[in-house]
Amino acid sequence: MSTLPDTQYDPIEALDVRGDFPALAQTVNGHPLTFLDSAASAQQPAAVIDAVRRYQENDHANVHRGVHTLSHRATEAYEGARDRVRSFVNAASRSEIVLTKGTTEAVNLVAQSFVRPRIGSGEKIVISHMEHHANIVPWQILCEQTGAELVVAPIDERGKLRLDALYSLLDESVRILGITHVSNALGTINPIAEITAEARARGIPVLVDGAQGVPHSPVDVQALGCDFYAFSAHKMFGPTGTGVLYGREALLEAMPPYQGGGDMILEVRFDGTIYNELPYKFEAGTPNIAGVVGLGAAIEYLEGIGMDRVNAHEQLLLADMMERLGKIDGLRLIGTAEYKASVQSFVVDGIHPHDLGTLLDQQGVAVRTGHHCAMPVMQFFDVPGTARASLALYNTADDVERLIAALERAIRMFR
Amino acid sequence: MSARLPDEQAAPADASDLYRKIVLEHAKDPHNFGRLESATHRANGINALCGDKLALYVEISPEGRIDAIRFDGTGCAISLASASLMTEAVEGRLVPEALSASARFTAALDTGTGLGDSDLAALTAVRRYPSRVRCATLAWRALERALADTADAEPPTVTTE
Repeated sequence: MSTLPDTQYDPIEALDVRGDFPALAQTVNGHPLTFLDSAASAQQPAAVIDAVRRYQENDHANVHRGVHTLSHRATEAYEGARDRVRSFVNAASRSEIVLTKGTTEAVNLVAQSFVRPRIGSGEKIVISHMEHHANIVPWQILCEQTGAELVVAPIDERGKLRLDALYSLLDESVRILGITHVSNALGTINPIAEITAEARARGIPVLVDGAQGVPHSPVDVQALGCDFYAFSAHKMFGPTGTGVLYGREALLEAMPPYQGGGDMILEVRFDGTIYNELPYKFEAGTPNIAGVVGLGAAIEYLEGIGMDRVNAHEQLLLADMMERLGKIDGLRLIGTAEYKASVQSFVVDGIHPHDLGTLLDQQGVAVRTGHHCAMPVMQFFDVPGTARASLALYNTADDVERLIAALERAIRMFR
Repeated sequence: MSARLPDEQAAPADASDLYRKIVLEHAKDPHNFGRLESATHRANGINALCGDKLALYVEISPEGRIDAIRFDGTGCAISLASASLMTEAVEGRLVPEALSASARFTAALDTGTGLGDSDLAALTAVRRYPSRVRCATLAWRALERALADTADAEPPTVTTE
């Protein structure tokens, strides 16, 4: 299954699931909430909120420990969610699904447990210019620890990865390629399957930051051919503090634990400890059980709708939003690649993004403003920050309408 | 600091209380904008939340008077206007006077009063926009830091994150 948007979208009926999300049924500053900040953190459907509540009210106990009924139920709920994750991203085995506290922890885990033992001074880590700080800073830390070198593949004026330049960087000194599936600041969708094929042909493992990939389209880690794929529950309508690291079983098997503690061991003796099997070897301590239950419920919700349908809905809205934003005098779109997820950054002449954010908020329109944890992207486009409107499955044509009206009003006021 | 007060009148839909004419004018054409080669005291201010970044240059006479003050950098309308108005408010003042002006401004963001009908008073509307208070205080924090500094080679940095 391809995650590149070369699919023909069926002219389907627009999704209308706003009613599933309690947080969207409110007014903000006297206006119906227009929530266009899902790329930062998405709202949760009642199905997720209820699943977490049911768990907390009835089933909570520690996992993998007690023989009593509640511990058994908690373990079933937690491990059931892992099974859902496995099938959602089509991993070959549940051993390949490590539950983390988020994408950031997953990237740090790979940096420290997989790459660190395999890299030496002068050897290289390749990332791209469009990475989120979560896929930059863990590698910088690793470079400080090992003397390795961080090399950055360039992007072009539209916010597309320059593939030829990337491939030319992939030589025998590279120990890992870390690349985002979808840019959170620009919306660009990278051709991951092609990139992993190029990298693997040169024997270079690939970690994909999938935080912005999973909420927008179907993801199949085997079709993508990546070695690691990291994502967060809260970007895909689940709770915060929970995420996933998919890793190829053979690689995970050979890696040392990331953290030590309870649950990641089979036997602890002062003369030597035996680590637990996969994936528990990487899950030290009591996990965020309720968060994982919520993640499972979010996946069930998304599968009920169908990710192809989510993608088609968002692509229609994105095209409409880009066209209408592009017609506003003095507005510059940042991120105009052909293949994009439903995220649009922009700047307006003479209005700092932060002022724009306040002016829109006063009209009930929530957008993200600032550097989006992607400061190098801002430096590339030579802007202090941008305003970013991100669309999720619950947004509608009305939301785009309200954004445009609020922007026009804000611009009138400032000029 | 300035949480929205329950008895406070709600901010208008167009945020016109915050973006008053005087604020927009100072933001578009800030006064005392630029470098000051003769600076004896310097500080940088960063508001990482929105990317405001300013450098403050202060020239203090042997008697402890602010003879000249300039700033440069990039920022939102609130941070630029606040920096511009700050430089006007403290230029020509003795250091202790400038520090008490800073304390008065900070207190006014909490109470909404205490600045009379000065241009600076326009900025107190920011208290109805809690996420923006740091934009208004950035230049003042940098001023306090610069005045505490003894012209080191590397200017110190303050942040309102």
